[in-house]
Amino acid sequence: MELTQQLLEMPEWSDDDIVRHQLPIVDTPFVSVGGGMGSLAMVDTLRIAGQPVESLTVLAENAIPSETYEHLANNSQIPRHERLRSDSSSTMDCIWGWPGYALREAVADKKIGPAATVFAEPILANYYTPKAGQVYESVRREATRIGWDRMLRTGIVRTVRRRREGGYFVIHTPADQSGAVPGGPKQRVVYRCHHIHLAVGYPGVKMLGDLQAYREEHQDWRRVVNAYEPHLHAYEEMLRRPCTVVVRGSGIVASRVLQRMIDDRDQRGAQTRIIHLFRNYPDGPQGDKATFRRPVLAGWAKQGFNFPKAAWGGQLRNDLESLEGDERSKFIDAMGGTNTAPRKDWEEQLERGAREGFYRQLIGTVKSVVPAEGNAGIRTVIADRQGGESFLDADFIIDATGLEAGIEEHRVLRDLLQYGGARKNVKGRLDVERDFTVRGTQSGTGRLYASGSITLGGYYAGVDSFLGLHYAALRIADSLAENGFGKKIGPLRSTSQWWKWARNKPI
Amino acid sequence: MTPTLFGRIQTRIIMMATLGVIWTAIIGPVLPRPSVDGESISLGNMYKALYLAVVVVTVVGVVWELIYHWIQQYRWEKDWPTIYGLVVAINEGIVAYLILNAGLFWDERPPGQSFPLPAFLIMFVTLWLIIWAFTNGPMQILSLRWRFRGGRFDPNW
Repeated sequence: MELTQQLLEMPEWSDDDIVRHQLPIVDTPFVSVGGGMGSLAMVDTLRIAGQPVESLTVLAENAIPSETYEHLANNSQIPRHERLRSDSSSTMDCIWGWPGYALREAVADKKIGPAATVFAEPILANYYTPKAGQVYESVRREATRIGWDRMLRTGIVRTVRRRREGGYFVIHTPADQSGAVPGGPKQRVVYRCHHIHLAVGYPGVKMLGDLQAYREEHQDWRRVVNAYEPHLHAYEEMLRRPCTVVVRGSGIVASRVLQRMIDDRDQRGAQTRIIHLFRNYPDGPQGDKATFRRPVLAGWAKQGFNFPKAAWGGQLRNDLESLEGDERSKFIDAMGGTNTAPRKDWEEQLERGAREGFYRQLIGTVKSVVPAEGNAGIRTVIADRQGGESFLDADFIIDATGLEAGIEEHRVLRDLLQYGGARKNVKGRLDVERDFTVRGTQSGTGRLYASGSITLGGYYAGVDSFLGLHYAALRIADSLAENGFGKKIGPLRSTSQWWKWARNKPI
Repeated sequence: MTPTLFGRIQTRIIMMATLGVIWTAIIGPVLPRPSVDGESISLGNMYKALYLAVVVVTVVGVVWELIYHWIQQYRWEKDWPTIYGLVVAINEGIVAYLILNAGLFWDERPPGQSFPLPAFLIMFVTLWLIIWAFTNGPMQILSLRWRFRGGRFDPNW
């Protein structure tokens, strides 16, 4: 039977409601919704804490936990052989963080280099960062080890709703619809669980307003591209003929896109001219005092990772945990905001580009984006700092600002805000406690947790990172243990489990 | 590492009380012993001198941690680079030896001699390397939450 409007408008469901709709019920103590890196970190931690596969269900659209991540990384020009912006000890496959990716790369390649980098960073060398492919391989290995496939159910999660008797219901539309009546309603399964974890990733990418307006008005999705969406056609055209490209944004993805274009110039004969448009151009160090100062080089704010390291587990984590409301939001912005990694190869390329004239920086506010006269490309109309107006014609505009869509773009989250008692935090994401419980969603003794980018704006800054996902998973596992689901991982269990991990022994 | 001040102090004390005590017991018998009147000092006296060194490195270390914490405030990342963890062995070793050799608090110098330098050097350098290597990795196996808590061991998140 199909879901009825009446059912969907009830903030709570009872077992009878589900039975009346003749929906099949599957009981499972714990569900993780998402099936990406966030779900992997969560069930990895719980499996290591002693939960059997039978107690855990992962609801995912993709079968491989690193699939969505790899898709986004590929779009933003990080193929498998390129390096991510991630610390050596942020090991997605190993909740202990040791040995790190650097040590493993050094052993595998029989080279001292990676290990030496970790030893000297960031004083005598730039931070070591792992190759994307190494991370994916490690994830695949760990997922196999913990029985990921036995916990996984692929399909689409439709709704999460509180259960009147405590706990939650999850309505799932399985990928395999072979049991559905042809032409009839979709086959659905209702998971009845005690606790839920949501790690659904980015609700979606968002374009800058002026670019979105241009795209919709002129139906041009080819020349105005978002760096997180597939846009290889742009690089291919740059190889075929000399192009002028406007790049918007000055974060890590902008760095990567610029590298791609300049690499193509250096190695494949492209003649691309790049105009890098800044709305805000920091021309000195950022921060308000000597003990809070971030270096800036040629308009780029530089730091190793998207937040200062201590935001993940040092004094900055403590500082942020003690802040509320606007103060917390401002502190997150001051530590993060737009920034990129200091890398000597990038700096060399941009210096050379500025010297030889193929890379030019401009500062201004975009007033509008319109087709260029004579249909030769796209024109960006800019108001400069003096109030004057000028324009730039280009063959492509690449939006590398990395804006994210609001959480209500995601159906499950929108539903939670409407019926589940969830609220938005100061940054418009899900309001969570320090232990990642989503505020207002408790159901009897059941708890609803969230991790990843949908929780940015809470008490932890680095939520959208490998290490942040492990942090959240550990806090959630501890909270679950306090609520009677499993036990906290103590030193003995931790050590014996690490030994199993090190030998790749299945658990 | 991204230690907090309390994390630094807790880690220092716990490392010295465990690895420090164990390693000193192991290495004590093989360290070069100074001679008094042509005869090597007893192992008991040797241990007294070495464990005094452990205590001094621990106690003076707490003061050092205050200084390191202050230096850390001038680092944007509020971290403590791996290499700093080795370099500071130089200043700490020198000051600890000067204190031991001055006979302040307790005097474990052999009669008429300075505090045994070769034994101190070998013991101090090896112990430092062991603790440095342990806290840069294997520690996280034993204490899963240690790295997230800025090096604290107390059970509060």
